[in-house]
Amino acid sequence: MSHQNKNEMKKLTLLALLVLLTTLVNAQVKITGTVKDAKGHVIPGANVAIRGSYDGTTADSSGMFSFKTTEKGDQVLVASSIGYKTAEQAIRIEKADLSFLFALKEEVSELKAVTVTAGSFEAGDKKRAATVLSSLDILTTGGANADITAVVKTLPGAQQVGEQEGLFVRGGAGYEAKQFIDGTLVNNPFQASVPDIASRGRFSPSIFKGTIFSTGGYSALYGQALSSALIMESIDIPDRSEATVSLSTVFVGAGMQKVAEDKKSSWGVNYGYTNLIPYFAVVKQKPDYFRIPQFHSADGNFRFKTKKGGMVKYYTTFGASDLGLRRENINDALLKNAFGLRNTNWYNNLSLRESLGNGWKLNLGLSYSTDHSKLQNQIQDQNNNPYTSGMVWIDSTNFNLTTRADLSQVKAVFDKRLSGISVIRFGGEYMYFYNTNLYNGYKSSLTDHFKSLFSEADLYITNDLAAKVGARFEHSSLINKANIAPRLSLGYKTGKGAQMGLAYGIFYQKPENSYLYATTNFGYTKATHYILNYIKNTTLQTFRAEVFYKKYEDLVKTFPTYNNAGTGDAKGVEFYWRDKKTFKGLDYWISYSYLDTKRDYLNYPRELQPGFAANHTASLVLKKFVNSINTGFNFTYSFATGRPYYNLVKNGNQYNIADEGKTINYNNLGFSMNYLTKMGKAYAVVVASVTNVLDSKQIFGYNYSYNGARKEAIQPPAPQFFFVGLFLSWGVDRRDDAINNNL
Amino acid sequence: MKHLLVIVSVFFAVQLAAQSRYESGMQKGLEQLKEAKTADDMIAASGFFERIADAEKDKWLPYYYAAYANHISGWMNAKADKDKVSEKTKDLLGKAEAIERNSDTYCLRQMVAVMQMTVDPMARYQSYGAEAANALASAKKADPANPRVYLIEGQYMKNVPEAFGGGKAVAKKLAEKSLELFATAKPASPFHPSWGKDQAEQLLAACQ
Repeated sequence: MSHQNKNEMKKLTLLALLVLLTTLVNAQVKITGTVKDAKGHVIPGANVAIRGSYDGTTADSSGMFSFKTTEKGDQVLVASSIGYKTAEQAIRIEKADLSFLFALKEEVSELKAVTVTAGSFEAGDKKRAATVLSSLDILTTGGANADITAVVKTLPGAQQVGEQEGLFVRGGAGYEAKQFIDGTLVNNPFQASVPDIASRGRFSPSIFKGTIFSTGGYSALYGQALSSALIMESIDIPDRSEATVSLSTVFVGAGMQKVAEDKKSSWGVNYGYTNLIPYFAVVKQKPDYFRIPQFHSADGNFRFKTKKGGMVKYYTTFGASDLGLRRENINDALLKNAFGLRNTNWYNNLSLRESLGNGWKLNLGLSYSTDHSKLQNQIQDQNNNPYTSGMVWIDSTNFNLTTRADLSQVKAVFDKRLSGISVIRFGGEYMYFYNTNLYNGYKSSLTDHFKSLFSEADLYITNDLAAKVGARFEHSSLINKANIAPRLSLGYKTGKGAQMGLAYGIFYQKPENSYLYATTNFGYTKATHYILNYIKNTTLQTFRAEVFYKKYEDLVKTFPTYNNAGTGDAKGVEFYWRDKKTFKGLDYWISYSYLDTKRDYLNYPRELQPGFAANHTASLVLKKFVNSINTGFNFTYSFATGRPYYNLVKNGNQYNIADEGKTINYNNLGFSMNYLTKMGKAYAVVVASVTNVLDSKQIFGYNYSYNGARKEAIQPPAPQFFFVGLFLSWGVDRRDDAINNNL
Repeated sequence: MKHLLVIVSVFFAVQLAAQSRYESGMQKGLEQLKEAKTADDMIAASGFFERIADAEKDKWLPYYYAAYANHISGWMNAKADKDKVSEKTKDLLGKAEAIERNSDTYCLRQMVAVMQMTVDPMARYQSYGAEAANALASAKKADPANPRVYLIEGQYMKNVPEAFGGGKAVAKKLAEKSLELFATAKPASPFHPSWGKDQAEQLLAACQ
């Protein structure tokens, strides 16, 4: 080894020693500090580190941190916490200990941001802040018999109207509430019904993943509903394939749902047949059914994911119903009204959801529905033979009516993501309504080309403040009038899980077809909503309070002429409390609504509280699942104060109130239980339910005879409804096979 | 020539130091994880792994352990907001998955979904239950011999009512299958996930 080499070796050894020494002898420097948010609140659990090194720590519950480091010189100290923008500070580490204060800015994120919720109840798991009801809630609400509308009636804002279908929201009539599936309007959402008996909704809750019940102030994407929108979103690809069979006291059904192995597509079919003959044989009904209700319903669907991750869904349902019933004629106790109804309805909905790239999204909805009804009323004698009394007020109630209602529509909504999570949305829709009426041989028809354009922006100014601003333009060819409706709502976070909301909007709706058949010389009816709400939310508890004022203008008057001279208003306050926390295993909610409303419409002589509006409405819903016996018990108690009723009698050129009053209070305790078990290879659910357990007397109003001498209470056809059913499902799921093969 | 030698040796020394820094860091982290007694200990361990991960950037394991420790902290503290904990776990797990997606990252996905489901099982079964099932299926597909797949499946099935295809009998079979695989399982490195044998034994005992 040469001298020079030795020297080199020495140098190397020295270098190695130096490296070793610097690491060993390196004095540690202590770095301390606090992590807070922009408002000065501490952020516990934030991660603090020197970039590129492992040195650092996690801030404690008071946001303080302290750690030692061997790093030296110019470094970057990084503080991060989920939901906040990561902050950095350039530091120079020498010998002295260092101390820093971090103020992290909140990131505007969908999870944290306030949601604009004034006026709407969102059901589903999409956004926690607004979650109130899930589809399971609908299936397990006592006494609701899996009818979406029946469950929605337990929420504040909706009336307990039992003599006709529909949602009567905040002083609005049933037709002022519209239903939408995947964005498009549903023309006949309820089964065809006979007078004074409410019918069920056509759609099964299990096909929807989320339901938004808006009691006002809703988005510019929806129109033609003065008081409420029930917005339902159908499920995407189901979790697994299954075959189902249902057997019950009133119906039988079978279905099949097949999910492709790659879970990118699915299809399904269902068929159900309802026949009330055996049920009516056991449970006596007040009317004399000469054609006992029978319903056939069939539905089908297919869904697939597109290559870009979008979704195409098609859903169709066909229903046919038939029934006929006799009731005593109110004008002559020796005569009867025999009312018959046959209906077929075919509904189709095709929707596409696709990402167009660059932050653009498209939602396209197409729907077509056609509804055919044949109704007749015949005056009959005691032997059920047709009878002509010679008295015009009796004989004129004989009729034959054939109706057809078609709706074809297309709706496109474009969505563009702006900076952060703000979104702008715009689009248009075209609806073609075709209606015909054949009344005692007299034919009339109505067609409407209805167009609308809308635009709306969700603006997230900070995590604490969000606004939804929109406007909607509509034109109906039938009344040949246009309107522009502005909408605005705001959400402001006032604390952890707490927020205030504000909503304002103008809503237009064209008059109902029954008036348009008389004349199309109408304008839009109009409602202006003002809503203020407060929500306090934790994962398992929700409290919500809302006050509202709604002004009605241009309502339809039918007397002395058909015009838009009607007016009205509604104001009230509502509370809602849902709690899954306080009592272990018990889920309950309470809602209360106070409503003060008056309107002058149709043939009202002046502003009156309408017959569908009660001043106080309350519901208590209890659900308890007992794991040890696999059984759920569900109770729903609904209460409403009496509703007004009037006998309006034409006297010369004016309608007078010949008689008026208030019905008795409404009470209804519903109960259901579901027992989960296994039968062979099938999962089985046994359901038993009864409405009006306490057999409370329910009066929804009164019918008057022609001369006003007789008044007859409107009551349900039977005080109670009993149901026992067995639902079986066979999951033909490959995962199960895979497990079994592996074991 | 000699200069090159110096440069090369210095380069290797640096590499070696970096390597041993990662290894000693991971070792320290795994010890911290093993000794963690409280939720706060777990969060501290998670934070330590996160710092390793952020410094290394190209290694999925420290992110995985950061996510895993954070997840476990949610079970250790009965009062923890499980959604909030899971949000953080998913954030960390997402970073691990961006580097490597494998049977164990899917397993953790399943565990997170199950945790979030337990917040409100009746209401969340349909969404989070499906998420858990999908993650489990992916975990099994990625590595059918991963014993943790059957462990977490068994833990889940034990709490599913018999009427829905769960119960102790089903869970017991899965625990046995898991233990069988644990007997032969060899982690790809000392730092690769190897946890779960004790839990599988506990599960088996609980299913007797």
